[in-house]
Amino acid sequence: MGTVEYIQHHLTNNSVGEGFWTFHLDTIAVSFMLGALMIFVSMRLVKQMEAGTPGGFQNFVESILDFVSVNVRDAFPGHNPLIAPLALTIFIWVWLMNFMDLIPVDLFPYLFQLISGDSHAYLKIVPTTDLNTTLAMSLTVFCLIVFYSIKIKGVWGYTKMFLFHPFGKFFIPVNIIMTFIEEVSKPLSLALRLFGNLFAGELVFLLIALIGGTLAVGAAALFWAPLQVLLDLAWLIFHLLVITLQAFIFMVLTIVYLGMAHEEAH
Amino acid sequence: MNINATLLIQMIAFMLLIWFVNKVLWGPLSKLMEERQKKITDGLSAAEKGKHELELAENKAKEVLKDAKSQAQNILGQAEKRGSEIVEDAKVKATEEAGRIKASAQAEIEQEVSRAREDLRKEVASIAVSGAEKILRKEIDATRHNDMLETLVKSI
Repeated sequence: MGTVEYIQHHLTNNSVGEGFWTFHLDTIAVSFMLGALMIFVSMRLVKQMEAGTPGGFQNFVESILDFVSVNVRDAFPGHNPLIAPLALTIFIWVWLMNFMDLIPVDLFPYLFQLISGDSHAYLKIVPTTDLNTTLAMSLTVFCLIVFYSIKIKGVWGYTKMFLFHPFGKFFIPVNIIMTFIEEVSKPLSLALRLFGNLFAGELVFLLIALIGGTLAVGAAALFWAPLQVLLDLAWLIFHLLVITLQAFIFMVLTIVYLGMAHEEAH
Repeated sequence: MNINATLLIQMIAFMLLIWFVNKVLWGPLSKLMEERQKKITDGLSAAEKGKHELELAENKAKEVLKDAKSQAQNILGQAEKRGSEIVEDAKVKATEEAGRIKASAQAEIEQEVSRAREDLRKEVASIAVSGAEKILRKEIDATRHNDMLETLVKSI
């Protein structure tokens, strides 16, 4: 199997359906499983949580909660009970989905191929390297932005923002285009940033995996295999930072955008 | 890049997950944390209050002690005064009693003396009368000269 096929194979989703009505089964399954894991762990935690003397795991979760609510308090001006759970969901879910990136690239596809008996079965286990996932989240956030903008500023206030912002009342056509771009770029940049980072990260993992896979032949393996391990470890440690940072950025920008939506018209 | 129906599924999943996280994690846990925060705040303020009350009580105890001390001092002083008064009183009474006893003794002595004198006088008179009787047996009639003899006895 050539290098290009190897990479392409790894970056193709296991899907059913045709055209628009295609479903990426791996993306859906993994993200659902991670969501279910979040719910399951939360339920278990809440069932046995203690107010007086929180245990280790409860402390850990409480510190995440604290971290999120501090961020919400800093970046969000108004009061909205939806924002904090939303931010928490984004942070944990995105982090978990990103974490799938750190699992050895061939492990799950290989196991899946063994189980399914199809040696060419596709499997892409990182939901955030699928633009559908990142765009789904950012579009949901975008819907919330529009909803709260209209709710807080009123329909006229929201329209006014398009008409007179940023250049005043003499440049209304320009203003409409500018504000439209500004608004649309919010979900797009959110989705593309996360997707791009994770996709690139996955690609680098694949390239590193190729070092041992295709270059190491015979005695050369003595050189290439250790190099692969070393590079993989380095990129893994660096990527651990990246996935946390990306989850954090997605969360903070969501809070900030929604905070802007909650500001009174100016 | 292939955007497809997966997007819709993921959007629904995301919204459901937000709802679930709010329901099972954020809600209960943040409530718990808030309650704990409140408990800690309450506890701290209660401790502060207790400390303050302790201080007040200590001050009050000191005052009461001081009061009791001064009162005791007062009582002690009064008792001392009363004691010396009683002693003084007793002295005066004793002196009076002594005087009275002395006076009554004197009176008794005087009475005794006068009685003795009376007796002596009567004795002497009777001796004199009997002497005179012996001498003057014949000339003097006891009944006729009784008046004269009486006068004589008195003058002795």
